[in-house]
Amino acid sequence: MSPVVKLLAQRIALGLLLLFLVSILIFVGTIILPGDVAQSILGQSATPEALANLRRDLGLNDPPVTRYFNWLFGVLQGDLGTALTSGQDIATQIGARLGNTLFLAFWAAVISVPLAIFLGLLAVRYRDRWPDKLISGVTLASISVPEFVIAYVLIFFVAVKLRWGVSVATINDSMSLGDKLYAIALPVAVLTLVVLAHMMRMTRAAILNVMQSAYIETAELKGLTMFTIIRRHAFPNSIAPIVNVVMLNLAYLVVGVVVIEVVFVYPGMGQYLVDHVSKRDVPVVQACGLIFAAVYIGLNLVADVVSILTNPRLRHPK
Amino acid sequence: MNDELKYLLARTVQGKHSRRAFLGRAGALGVTAAMANTMLATAVRAQGPKKGGTLRMGLQGGSTTDSMDPALATNQVALMVIRLWGEPLVELTDDGGIEGKVAESFESTPDAQVWTFKVRKGITFSNGQPVTATDVVESLDRHSGEDTKSGALGIMRGIKAMRTEGEDTVVVELDTPNADLPYLLADYHLIIQPGGGKDAPDAAIGTGPYVMKEIDMGVRFVAEKNPNYWGDLGNADVLELVVINDNTARVAALQSGQVDLIDRVPPRTAGLVARAPGVTVHQTSGPGHYVFIMHCNTAPFDNNDVRLALKYAINREELVEKILFGYGSVGNDTPINAAYPLFTEMEQRTYDPDKAKFHMQQSGYDGAILLRTSENSFPGAPDASALFQQSCAAAGINLEIKREPNDGYWSEVWNVQPFCTSYWGGRPTQDQMYTTAYLSTADWNDTKFNNEQFDQLLFAARAELDAGKRKQMYADMGTILHNEGGLICPMFNDFIDASSDRIAGWIDDTAGFALMNSYAPHRMWVV
Repeated sequence: MSPVVKLLAQRIALGLLLLFLVSILIFVGTIILPGDVAQSILGQSATPEALANLRRDLGLNDPPVTRYFNWLFGVLQGDLGTALTSGQDIATQIGARLGNTLFLAFWAAVISVPLAIFLGLLAVRYRDRWPDKLISGVTLASISVPEFVIAYVLIFFVAVKLRWGVSVATINDSMSLGDKLYAIALPVAVLTLVVLAHMMRMTRAAILNVMQSAYIETAELKGLTMFTIIRRHAFPNSIAPIVNVVMLNLAYLVVGVVVIEVVFVYPGMGQYLVDHVSKRDVPVVQACGLIFAAVYIGLNLVADVVSILTNPRLRHPK
Repeated sequence: MNDELKYLLARTVQGKHSRRAFLGRAGALGVTAAMANTMLATAVRAQGPKKGGTLRMGLQGGSTTDSMDPALATNQVALMVIRLWGEPLVELTDDGGIEGKVAESFESTPDAQVWTFKVRKGITFSNGQPVTATDVVESLDRHSGEDTKSGALGIMRGIKAMRTEGEDTVVVELDTPNADLPYLLADYHLIIQPGGGKDAPDAAIGTGPYVMKEIDMGVRFVAEKNPNYWGDLGNADVLELVVINDNTARVAALQSGQVDLIDRVPPRTAGLVARAPGVTVHQTSGPGHYVFIMHCNTAPFDNNDVRLALKYAINREELVEKILFGYGSVGNDTPINAAYPLFTEMEQRTYDPDKAKFHMQQSGYDGAILLRTSENSFPGAPDASALFQQSCAAAGINLEIKREPNDGYWSEVWNVQPFCTSYWGGRPTQDQMYTTAYLSTADWNDTKFNNEQFDQLLFAARAELDAGKRKQMYADMGTILHNEGGLICPMFNDFIDASSDRIAGWIDDTAGFALMNSYAPHRMWVV
């Protein structure tokens, strides 16, 4: 077996093990929180009889270990179970929500990743001159301000004052792609601002790091233009750290946008998860947690693999 | 009013001028924007309801975990959705009376123990099936019985038997007489469904003025006018409900014209929202109140002097001003205010550090008092607790505050710990409020109040059909609670809703819940 395939197999196996551990952690976490599902469903209106009835119906009287393994075997067969609170099939519900989340993340990524890398290259090209300082200043400012503040500021000026965009980004199936894109314009703008700085700075740093190397000096002495040096020599050698930070930010766009979803009333996974956490709906929390963990681990796996493939030293270990 | 303005106004109301153009022209004629808005609103209302169009609302409280089963409804969004597709037997009127919905008429025997309801003739469910007395009995039955999960179980407990008489008559027999039964049956959980909804509780099929077209729990609902609805409720053809839980986002959605109607404007910003062009803030006083509750059976609160000391040590006016920002009224240590029928005013208890000090000395207790609070017990509860701590300090009482997490507050703190902050949404009648929370045997007796005389008065009042005598009994009960209860009720919170000038027809001071008892979308219209 070639070392690359072996390495990949190892990575994937480790990822699966991690996922399994994460599922235990999430389960334990939801168990030790105060109050149970029945209590949370009924809220202030819980009478002892109603509580007992609901607990019995929801199967909460089984020991936690039994409930955990019942769930795990279901998942292995592709059945995420039904939500305790609404009795709906989780897979169907999550399907729609995950689709929305990916839709938003996709468009944010399509705009932010090329923009960040372009700005990073631009900053290197004009290093320590005003374009570099302007780009760094603006992106660092936007990452330093909490995302909901950026969101509120944009809503106030763009939606309320100028009426150029809409503040409620609720999308549904009956909307055309154009309508949907119009609806998510503001959240995409906010997400872009939030993830831009991290990727831009990393691109800039990685390329600058490479630019210190002796072979760049050689290239310069050969008489190559600055742009060719960056494109042909510096960029390919700094892909690994850039891909790493891009993947981290893509993961954030999928799993970390709860606040943005709430502010823009976007029906994604984050809001779905939060609603179910507050109701102690363990199967849904487990399923969401697992999907989030899978996205995170998967994207990191991609980053690992890309850095291995782009780096001959890692590709052919001694 | 000058002629040009009148002419413009008429044209605008007829839709021949845009509203923006009218406001601009009015401004040119020296009329302020606020004034012009008011003129327009008055003119539009005078024009009368207009049918058609789409009315969009943004409401707080919905969650993806909600169900369409009316028995499980617990929040404002679920209530609003129920109001669209379903109807109870009877409903509150604007002035707190009762009118028939699915029931055309109702009456009781003179002792208020047996009630007869006549089902409205010729009405059908939205699936075309005619409504029969059996559907009514089955619907009510689904909320009774100890194995139900219905939020209306407490209400149904007093019913001994239900039966049909012929096609259209329902007879309800009670354990003990209750003159308020129609108020109880107006509860929003008790929706009449085909076959009682026993086969498909969440099918959203009822007799309501709208039928559900799109349902996305915790996100968005769309309803269309029910062409076969028996009454004339419902002006807009389409109602669209978007769940917007974030306060700022909800207000922004109204200001940017994406929705026409919102609920729960935060009191802190309501004044600012009201100044925005094209937006009207509606303030409705209601029975909802914010409370500090002491367990009367737990030391040191088992000593009435400690309870009185704390009641005198709270500054109610300050709380109304700083926590409710004036959108509310002072409470008087009973859960009852002028929003209830048969209300009697009592002498207002006011902040009096000397009396507080006196009662504290009388009690012989000189330790610290621990108050538990959380932000979700009522909006601003931690701030209100801090103000209470200050006013207590002035009376020499050492109040300690423990901030509890929102999560689990209703299971671990409320009704468990001896002194905490909480809220009540109120009930339509005094009987129901007292039965829910102050009767010694009530499940939610969150002050552990146990007063034999109070309980006897409650049962006696329930069976009393003479309004004058009942009023006196409720006044006596109020006095007992005011002087001996474990409830410190500093304030009643107003409902604060807001609408854009795209819709008209708001009615002030309706009884019941916020948003005109959740009938604002039906009764308002798109101009």
